[in-house]
Amino acid sequence: MKFTISWLKEHLDTKKKDKELIEKLTDVGLEVESFNKISSDLDSFKVAKIVNAEQHPNADRLRICDVDIGEQNTVKVVCGAPNAKKDLLTVYAGPGSIIPKNNMKLSISKIRGVTSYGMLCSESELNLSEESEGITDLKPDNYSDKIGKNFFKNNTEKVVDLSITPNRPDCLGVRGVARDLAAAGAGKLKKISLKNIKKNTSQKIKVSIIKDKNQGCTVFGSCLIEGVTNKESPQWLKEKILSLGQKPISAIVDITNYVMFDLNRPMHAYDADKIDKEIIVRNSKKGETFEALDNKEYKLDDDMCVISDKSGVLGLGGIIGGTRSGTEINTQNILLESAYFLSRSIRKTSKLLNIDTDAKFRFERGIDPQSIELGLRKAAQLISEICGGKISKFDVQKIDNHEKNKIKFNISLFEKITGFKVKDYEIIKILTDLGFEVSKKKLELDLKIPSWRPDITQPIDVVEEIVRIKGYENIETLNPEKNRIKDTLNKQQKLFHFLQRSVASKGYFETVTWSFTDSKINNLFKENLKEIKIVNPISSDLDVLRNSIFSNLTFYLKKNLDRGFKDISLFEIGPIFIDKKPGEQLTVIGAIKSGKIARLNWNEKDRVVDVFDMKKDVVQTLVEAGYNGQSFFIRDKSPSYYHPGKVGSVYLDKDDIEPVAYFGEIHPNIIKKLDIKTEGLVGFEIYLDRLKDNKIKLKDLKSNFEYSDYQKSERDFAFVVDKNFKAQDLIEIISSIDKNLIRSIKIFDIYEGENIPQDKKSIALNITIQSSEKTLEESDLEKINKLIISTVETKSGAKIRS
Amino acid sequence: MNMPDIKKIKDEYLNKLDIDLNIESVNQIKTELFGKNGKISNSFKTLGSLPTDERKKFASDLNSIKDELQEKIDFKLQEIETKEINSKLENEKVDVTLPEREFSRGKIHPVSQVIDEISSIFSEIGFSVEEGPDIENEHNNFTALNTPDNHPARDMHDTFYLDNNKELLLRTHTSPVQVRTMLNGKPPFKIIAPGRTYRSDSDQTHSPMFHQVEGLHIDKDINMGHLKGCLNYFIKSFFEVDKIKMRFRPSHFPFTEPSAEVDIGYEMKDGKIVIGEGDKWLEILGCGMVHPNVLKNVKVNPDIYQGYAFGIGIDRLGMLKYGINDLRAFFESDYRWLNHFGFDPLDVPSNYRGLSR
Repeated sequence: MKFTISWLKEHLDTKKKDKELIEKLTDVGLEVESFNKISSDLDSFKVAKIVNAEQHPNADRLRICDVDIGEQNTVKVVCGAPNAKKDLLTVYAGPGSIIPKNNMKLSISKIRGVTSYGMLCSESELNLSEESEGITDLKPDNYSDKIGKNFFKNNTEKVVDLSITPNRPDCLGVRGVARDLAAAGAGKLKKISLKNIKKNTSQKIKVSIIKDKNQGCTVFGSCLIEGVTNKESPQWLKEKILSLGQKPISAIVDITNYVMFDLNRPMHAYDADKIDKEIIVRNSKKGETFEALDNKEYKLDDDMCVISDKSGVLGLGGIIGGTRSGTEINTQNILLESAYFLSRSIRKTSKLLNIDTDAKFRFERGIDPQSIELGLRKAAQLISEICGGKISKFDVQKIDNHEKNKIKFNISLFEKITGFKVKDYEIIKILTDLGFEVSKKKLELDLKIPSWRPDITQPIDVVEEIVRIKGYENIETLNPEKNRIKDTLNKQQKLFHFLQRSVASKGYFETVTWSFTDSKINNLFKENLKEIKIVNPISSDLDVLRNSIFSNLTFYLKKNLDRGFKDISLFEIGPIFIDKKPGEQLTVIGAIKSGKIARLNWNEKDRVVDVFDMKKDVVQTLVEAGYNGQSFFIRDKSPSYYHPGKVGSVYLDKDDIEPVAYFGEIHPNIIKKLDIKTEGLVGFEIYLDRLKDNKIKLKDLKSNFEYSDYQKSERDFAFVVDKNFKAQDLIEIISSIDKNLIRSIKIFDIYEGENIPQDKKSIALNITIQSSEKTLEESDLEKINKLIISTVETKSGAKIRS
Repeated sequence: MNMPDIKKIKDEYLNKLDIDLNIESVNQIKTELFGKNGKISNSFKTLGSLPTDERKKFASDLNSIKDELQEKIDFKLQEIETKEINSKLENEKVDVTLPEREFSRGKIHPVSQVIDEISSIFSEIGFSVEEGPDIENEHNNFTALNTPDNHPARDMHDTFYLDNNKELLLRTHTSPVQVRTMLNGKPPFKIIAPGRTYRSDSDQTHSPMFHQVEGLHIDKDINMGHLKGCLNYFIKSFFEVDKIKMRFRPSHFPFTEPSAEVDIGYEMKDGKIVIGEGDKWLEILGCGMVHPNVLKNVKVNPDIYQGYAFGIGIDRLGMLKYGINDLRAFFESDYRWLNHFGFDPLDVPSNYRGLSR
């Protein structure tokens, strides 16, 4: 919403300085986006006259103009406009000027070998209009005595640009803004002064509102003005239209626009001679078409609110008029419309047809239904003043009276909500100034809501009116209440934070990537999950929600590799999506690691990252989080995006159905498909939702401190087993022999080759044996040794290696 | 041998032991004194021949001489040993300016760090953390929040939809967590809800995904003064300043009434934003008293309960506090950026250790 301070002062009697008014606007909730001149540095634009124009020797389309800019000598300007001819009055911009349209700074330059000192400007370059065909053509009557004068001299008033929230349609007109300022003590709201206009003739065009289902128009006011002479608008009106950032068209169009921005009362003017007999406000039928003033043809659906005549649709009520009945410069008789359209109807139609206009914007938010006649009076008066013509009596058809809403307001609610007190008389004054009709009944106010405030429907809205006008600075700052209802984090949230920092502490950089991803990459990782498409993605390569944490991680890992990094560790903790209903998502940690360990290190041998790096990070993280590593169980069946031979799934317990984590090398095919260039690429995933809360509380764990001081002894064994026999199974066999005596089992060597059959391997273990009851004697140890060997041999088919 | 002779031997040997000796010479001395026919050993042998009354005194003196010599010898041996070790170590010297063994240092993303900072601050004043799903239905995201289908405010949220009926969507704000929390519980409520939010908008200051934290405090007598106090406390704590210039401005959100936007004062110093001083204003959050319609929609009686809600952009807070210029960089995973703006995982924000280093 744009206007100048002088326009505001047509409605507001005030002595406040501009700066105070601007601050007040912000204070009452009308946010000032900017307060600037329409363009800056406009003083370098001069009225100028082309005194001579010659053909450019090196370019057919260019001319070299000698331009009189009111100084002793003319200047040479190279110009490509077809209308750059001798004696043309135009606008000259000297070197150093900044062209308003594109903010380009001019300098003296050679154009095809000829030096040009500045530029002759088109209306479009000056932001005056869309006209960019030729340079500005100034009328000699107005400008011949102004050569060398500043072109923008009269136009330097600053423009206020407000950002109006959707609840305040009343402030989409200057008067509404003035009313708020007046209520807030920044002046007095002036009365609207309208002359009594003679209305002798009758409105000859019949208007009817058809009572269709969900009729979107409830009031249609009109008047006929006969014998007008449409013309260019007078300067004052042009300036107003320009200050809105719009282009003056003709007096009639400019007046209807002016009334809309002044009073927030959209109007429409029809060329009365083009209306076929009568105006019928009705619902459209599917397939009807009409050409709108934006020069587009619209095909209508059923039940859109249209203004029509006997021949068909004239316009979409409250949204846009049609070209068939549009006013032109030679229009003689006009029908002026001032109507009320329901916001839901406007919104529905404009959305379906994708039209946005100033009128639509206003009706959608809610226009004052009581402003029908005011609009007609103001517009008719201006038209008759500027264009002449006879004004008919006003015709107002309505199917709804739009009675004012009433609210009973309990005064104590104000203090209950805001925490501070305002005296009753002051409350009454604020509300009265805002246009409420107030009558006081003891502790309650009976309020009639101003018809221009569709946003006020219940007592809480009245509280807001009072507090914003009174000023939010009056609200006390109370110390925060420290009482607690619940723990800050629940167990799952604590786990989230713990795991996040645990993984980071192992050298991974945390990253945050989109929840959506490229379906092409997602397909590599999605397994059998459903693809979840976004109907309106931001770009075609972010078209699905991610089914896996890896799609974006691998994408960004590749980007970093391409930046020249080699050894990268990235992780993300966040959602992946299983399906598209709320809650059908899982929280996952995904980590990925590329390249080598100890690359270029003087005292360690480098090696490519491998599956056991990932296993260590997964297991350590889970153990740190409090899970019992002794009971973890690893299976090698895992998602297909891992290397089938170098992957594992981690189960918290052998009997668990679902794994809590995967680790492994990324499948070489995927590395190839994504064109990732690295020596090695490994990753792991931890599924937080599958991590059950089976942790013993630390205080229980700590209080249960048991240890043995009896001597322990260590024994080494080597078993020859089948090549595909799993170390995990061997350890399980041994540890279950005697859980009280066997304290730890370490695998210190795996051997295949000489002295071992081809399909076998040797696993060497170190076993610690200790009793918590006594010092074991040699015979006890011998017994357990024998038991270990015999049990392993029976249960696994292994042979002790001698 | 009588005692004076023995003492003479003692002095003689103590002197011998005083000069620089090698380990063999000391062992030689040891044998001369305490060997089978050593001078001291032999003296002990004479003890039996002494009269009883002298024997005791003699034995005692002899013992103390023996101890003294023994001690000296031990000392000497140790001294030599130390010397030998030292000279050996001299040859084992390495260049300790060579790099240490490789270690890798991980980083926490600024968004996560800021979420933890925020949680820590609100934990101090009794808030708990709630979460909600990223995919929401139209009802929780809009309708229940007093933003019916025909409300123009819906246009301001460029929503990502997951179906053509516009029933399922990516939440455009964290406010639906309010709805879920209140529907699933009984007042009072005192929660914050940080999380991912989505709008189909992308430029220098907007990204299609960003983070918000929602705040909600509902009880019987929570008014706008509490709202102001809570946010004042939060902003001061978050930016770690003693004083903050803060401005509440009337605004509009469908789910709060009255509504406010909050600006904080700042100034530019050497091209950097300094929060808390200066005469420029920066909008940082939206808030207000929860609209009675919202309370009704979640089965809370607005005649008994009232309170405030607020929504803050987490990424933006992080940008302001840590001087990050480009929002989009948050989500681009540039290793250099993550390394520079990331936080050490051991820097866990907490109130007793402080929010940040």
